[in-house]
Amino acid sequence: MKALMTAWLGVMMLCFTTLAQAQLTIEITRGNDRATPIAVVPFATDGEELPEDVAQVISDDLERSGHFAPLSRDDMFDRPSRSEDVSYGEWSALDVRYLVVGEVSRDGDGYRIRYELMDVSGSQRMLGETVTAGSGELRGGAHFISDQVFEEITGIRGAFSTRIAYVTAQGVGDDQQFGLYVADADGHGSQRVLESGQPILSPAWSPDGQKLAYVSFESGRPAIYVQELASGQRVRMTSFEGLNSAPAWSPDGRRLAMSLSKDGRPEIYVMDIADRSVQRLTNSSSIDTEPDWAPDGESLLFTSDRSGGPQIYRYDLASGEQERLTFTGNYNARGRFAPDGDAIFLIHRSSNGYQVARQDLDSGRLVTLSETRWDESPSVAPNGTMVIFATRQGDNGVLSAVSADGRASYRLPSAQGDVREPAWSPFLN
Amino acid sequence: MPFKSHARLLALTFSLALIAGCSSTGGTQDGTTDGSRSGTDSSDAGTGQVSSSGVGTTGDRASQQADGRIPEVRTIYFDFDSDTIKSQYEPVLTAHARYLRSNGDARVVLQGHTDERGTREYNMALGERRAGSVSRFLEVQGVSPSQVEVVSYGEERPAVQGHDEEAYAENRRVVFDY
Repeated sequence: MKALMTAWLGVMMLCFTTLAQAQLTIEITRGNDRATPIAVVPFATDGEELPEDVAQVISDDLERSGHFAPLSRDDMFDRPSRSEDVSYGEWSALDVRYLVVGEVSRDGDGYRIRYELMDVSGSQRMLGETVTAGSGELRGGAHFISDQVFEEITGIRGAFSTRIAYVTAQGVGDDQQFGLYVADADGHGSQRVLESGQPILSPAWSPDGQKLAYVSFESGRPAIYVQELASGQRVRMTSFEGLNSAPAWSPDGRRLAMSLSKDGRPEIYVMDIADRSVQRLTNSSSIDTEPDWAPDGESLLFTSDRSGGPQIYRYDLASGEQERLTFTGNYNARGRFAPDGDAIFLIHRSSNGYQVARQDLDSGRLVTLSETRWDESPSVAPNGTMVIFATRQGDNGVLSAVSADGRASYRLPSAQGDVREPAWSPFLN
Repeated sequence: MPFKSHARLLALTFSLALIAGCSSTGGTQDGTTDGSRSGTDSSDAGTGQVSSSGVGTTGDRASQQADGRIPEVRTIYFDFDSDTIKSQYEPVLTAHARYLRSNGDARVVLQGHTDERGTREYNMALGERRAGSVSRFLEVQGVSPSQVEVVSYGEERPAVQGHDEEAYAENRRVVFDY
């Protein structure tokens, strides 16, 4: 009630106040039948009840990635905490390919987490180290171990220590409340960045993970803001007449691409953040919006309806040439580059509705990834393995994620209200 | 659908205020509005009456609207993926044009809205296109561009909740916000 009243007075900016509301949980919606069997044995402790079950956090991380199928604890005949105590033959008989064991002990105010990764079929230890974690950082320590295990086995850098930004909306009409939040990639530890009685949308992480750009209507008009997460300090970057929409950072963090309609129709512009000068890139009689920078910084994706319906185009910054990329169906929008630049993820409309799809740039082939029907706002994990997006479950807006090959997916339901506009952070470590 | 009834109540309250001769602006009115109420049964109040230039409005139905009062119907609706003004709403726009011409210091924000289908940022642009087509209609009718501002909310401010065609139809709209 108090939160409601303060929001009435205007926009409240609460820098990283942890709140129980808008907490997200995880539900696996589609398991990958080709996932690698792994067992993460509960970590030994010195008898103390720990605030977090480290092995469970690691197991959940690995399962969520779609690459691994963790063995249920009920099926574990033995609970070793050291590699020398592992009976490889018996784990092998359970078809377990990899095994993670470890131990958590007190270290002053914090913890020491020792872990080892074993290749069961080769009967050998692959990895082993000790991680220190502060008093409130057990989950962070577990995510770090997940990253190491994932990379050691798959050769792909883990993205479990990353975060997501998202927007919440509650209520209807004039009582509607919007919130901008940041949480761990698994939905835990949500922190409010901004609250407003007016719409907030299009959050975008700076490449260094320190700032968010977003659009807020708090002045009664759309404006693009950049907010530093640690301090809460923020700057209004644009408030031109008309649309101020869809900010996207350049890979070097010096420029923001955006869609502005100050010259008549929505066009793609690039702002130099240091001097705030804006340069117009497109000049069409149509809608041009939703820019996204290529990982090499040399081109931009954008959505345009110059052909009649929305399709995705690429703008080459050196030559100024524009090339249409999507030709499958009559609605393709909000393209986002894969981190290697070889594919794009987008929203594709078919007879099944609006779905997340991937298009390989070489072949031009488009593949639908999601099984939901009302998808929006795809955002790619920094290692390219997963795409998080907004969709609907019943009457509520929820976040969902699907693996880049479409084999695995999970959902992050919220206890209340709509959750939307997810943005996956870059690597933060 | 609690909001719907809430909006109707607001609309009713607002209409009663008009009948009482109060000319204060009531802010955004997103709900379904009873367009049949003419509001000509009370004398002019509030803003002074400025003589109309009469361009294109002589003797037409818009003249039923007293020039000193903001026309009551302030929301018009659009077809899916369309910014075409339906002929049934032309009298509404003509009445607003007449009001704005007659009241040179009146300002209106045209709020463009879409339904929830499709991507948010693209819908933001579609909402602007809808409000822009209303703005051009007003300018053709002689309204000064300085009196009109376009703000698109895309799909962010639905008039009604719901995920069916009935809800979508009520959300695809332009609202005159004086």
